[in-house]
Amino acid sequence: MTVDMRPSIVLVVVIAALVTVGVYLMLERSLSRVLVGLILAGNGANLLFLVAGGAAGGAPIVGTTPIGRMSDPLPQAMVLTAIVITLGLTAFLLAMAYRSWQLNQHDEVQDDLEDRRVARRAAADQPSFTDADTEDSDANLDDEAAAVHDETDEGRPGSGRADEVTR
Amino acid sequence: MTSMASMNWLVPLPVVLPLFGAGLALALYRSPRAQRAISVVTLALVLAASVSMLAVVDRGPLVLSIGGWAPPIGIDLVADRLSVLMLTVSGAVTLCVLLYSLAQGEADGDEEAPVAIYHPTYLVLTAGVADAFLSGDLFNLYVGFEILLAASFVLLTLGGTGARIRAGTIYVVVALLSSVLFLVALALTYAAAGTVNLAQLAQRLPEIDPGVRLVLQILLLLAFGIKAAIFPLSAWLPDSYPTAPAPVTAVFAGLLTKVGVYAILRTQTLLFPGGRTDTVLLWAALATMLVGILGAVAQNDVKRLLSFTLVSHIGFMVFGIALSSEAGTAAAIFYVVHHITVQTALFLVVGLIERRGGTTSLDRLGGLAKLSPVLAVLFFVPAMNLAGVPPLSGFLGKVGLLQAAVDRGTPLAYVLVGGSVVTSLLTLYALIKAWNKAFWQTPPAGMPTDRHRTRLPVGMVGSAGALVVLGLSLTVVAGPLYGYADRTAVSLRERSPYIGAVLPDGVRGLGRPVPIGPVAGATP
Repeated sequence: MTVDMRPSIVLVVVIAALVTVGVYLMLERSLSRVLVGLILAGNGANLLFLVAGGAAGGAPIVGTTPIGRMSDPLPQAMVLTAIVITLGLTAFLLAMAYRSWQLNQHDEVQDDLEDRRVARRAAADQPSFTDADTEDSDANLDDEAAAVHDETDEGRPGSGRADEVTR
Repeated sequence: MTSMASMNWLVPLPVVLPLFGAGLALALYRSPRAQRAISVVTLALVLAASVSMLAVVDRGPLVLSIGGWAPPIGIDLVADRLSVLMLTVSGAVTLCVLLYSLAQGEADGDEEAPVAIYHPTYLVLTAGVADAFLSGDLFNLYVGFEILLAASFVLLTLGGTGARIRAGTIYVVVALLSSVLFLVALALTYAAAGTVNLAQLAQRLPEIDPGVRLVLQILLLLAFGIKAAIFPLSAWLPDSYPTAPAPVTAVFAGLLTKVGVYAILRTQTLLFPGGRTDTVLLWAALATMLVGILGAVAQNDVKRLLSFTLVSHIGFMVFGIALSSEAGTAAAIFYVVHHITVQTALFLVVGLIERRGGTTSLDRLGGLAKLSPVLAVLFFVPAMNLAGVPPLSGFLGKVGLLQAAVDRGTPLAYVLVGGSVVTSLLTLYALIKAWNKAFWQTPPAGMPTDRHRTRLPVGMVGSAGALVVLGLSLTVVAGPLYGYADRTAVSLRERSPYIGAVLPDGVRGLGRPVPIGPVAGATP
């Protein structure tokens, strides 16, 4: 038994376009764009399942379509599962973007604490390492990092800038 | 076989019971007491079911076809030695963490967190973990991952504070990205082999084009590598774990990365024997160990320090897997069991430190050894265990790994031996530094030094202590446990026990990649 596994060129082009745009958007700062990027890339993956199922055929119900002309139902079942999962997680991510907007008036993905620490130390020209001989600081990590330049804070009055933080 | 088949009903319990419990807990959201009782009873039953399967699967895997659809058409749950060992350890750990969080909630008067959602989500998380361990089907493994991820998103962002949203964003986006990669790998696997049943894939993958097979292997490794936090896919972990509540961080650190390690171990041994990616994995293991531990050395916050040691020690497990030998696999399995208990115990103890000292920043802690000797013991024992001080289980696991590497005998294996010894020493250094600062240095101004003002709740100390004792007992039962790990490794490498248990009628549908059942365009 051989299977016609030659993929449709239209599907392949659409998948390529979806994944490309998805990856581009995921590299953005704004969480809503990242979200759209994830949805697009996820849909690209879903379409890939359709390609994986082989050429399209009739409904895979015994009695309606002769055996041999049926579509492969398994990838479609998997795509349905994946779509439902993506829907749920998308809703969650949207809620997070909204919460981020509530808290910060923007939904931009903020810098990693470690990155901001390194930036602060670089700006203050300090070693990256403290030990028992170093003076104690009163601020904890979150306070320190919050006072550090973050790209997403650019141009906002009152936001701490790296060059202002000195010890 | 008949007596074993009659034990089949145990297999789905670790997945079904927590899901059922979660629904019940959600329905009874008005009564925190009922929720607590449901969670404890459910997880205790799951642990009991897992323990009772331990001896049974030592004689051969248990297979349950969901809905009575015979494999490979339906979805199978397969409980073999590896699955049940992981289930048992995760069952014990989740129960201890649950008791800890109950005691914490009681002490805090349940004001801190929206508890109504905590218990159902926690149960869903354990169901997802169990589903991933039991899955005999690559797509069901994906579903298991998604269940545990969705639950972990909620737990990580409990309360929705600024810090948690910031850390959660990175975690969620990275997790979704790895899910998309996993989906792509699944689609390509189905296109290439016409099945996603693990046993059937094990039969068919050797017959497809080696180049395609390598692509599938690498894609799956990438997807699982993100979840297991293998360098260079590990940057998300140390930033996202520490902001969560202590019990949540503890259970994430113990279990979630290990699910990724489990998935790598399962697919590498069952689907892709032959070790074509071993060299890459060995280098990745070395980089994970060294980068992780150097990150830990640079931290002055205990939670972040431990998150970095977590990344670093994932390297040890990947090291064992990438040796592609029975000894290496057995050592990796032993190490996983050791690391789950010890890392979770350490995070729970750090929760206690934060409670007693008011912070996890090492600059603002001190004198805890005098203020709370119990806490000192609870931290010191698992810390030494993690660093691999003899005769504790961490030492035994590392010796097993080093022996397996020396047996392999290649120059790269010796490089890894050196790297893992250095990592162990640096782990010891990082933990001793934390010990010195938190427990021995004079308490800095502002730290509560009144002995009785902040008493630690007995329940929290007790459950953290239970986990510490469990970690210690791994040393006591190391002989039988290592024997079990050895037998697990042998059957994983043989592959035939697993395949034979799922597909007892032998080879089915070999040859051309043929999707099961009638296919469009098929010509007879």
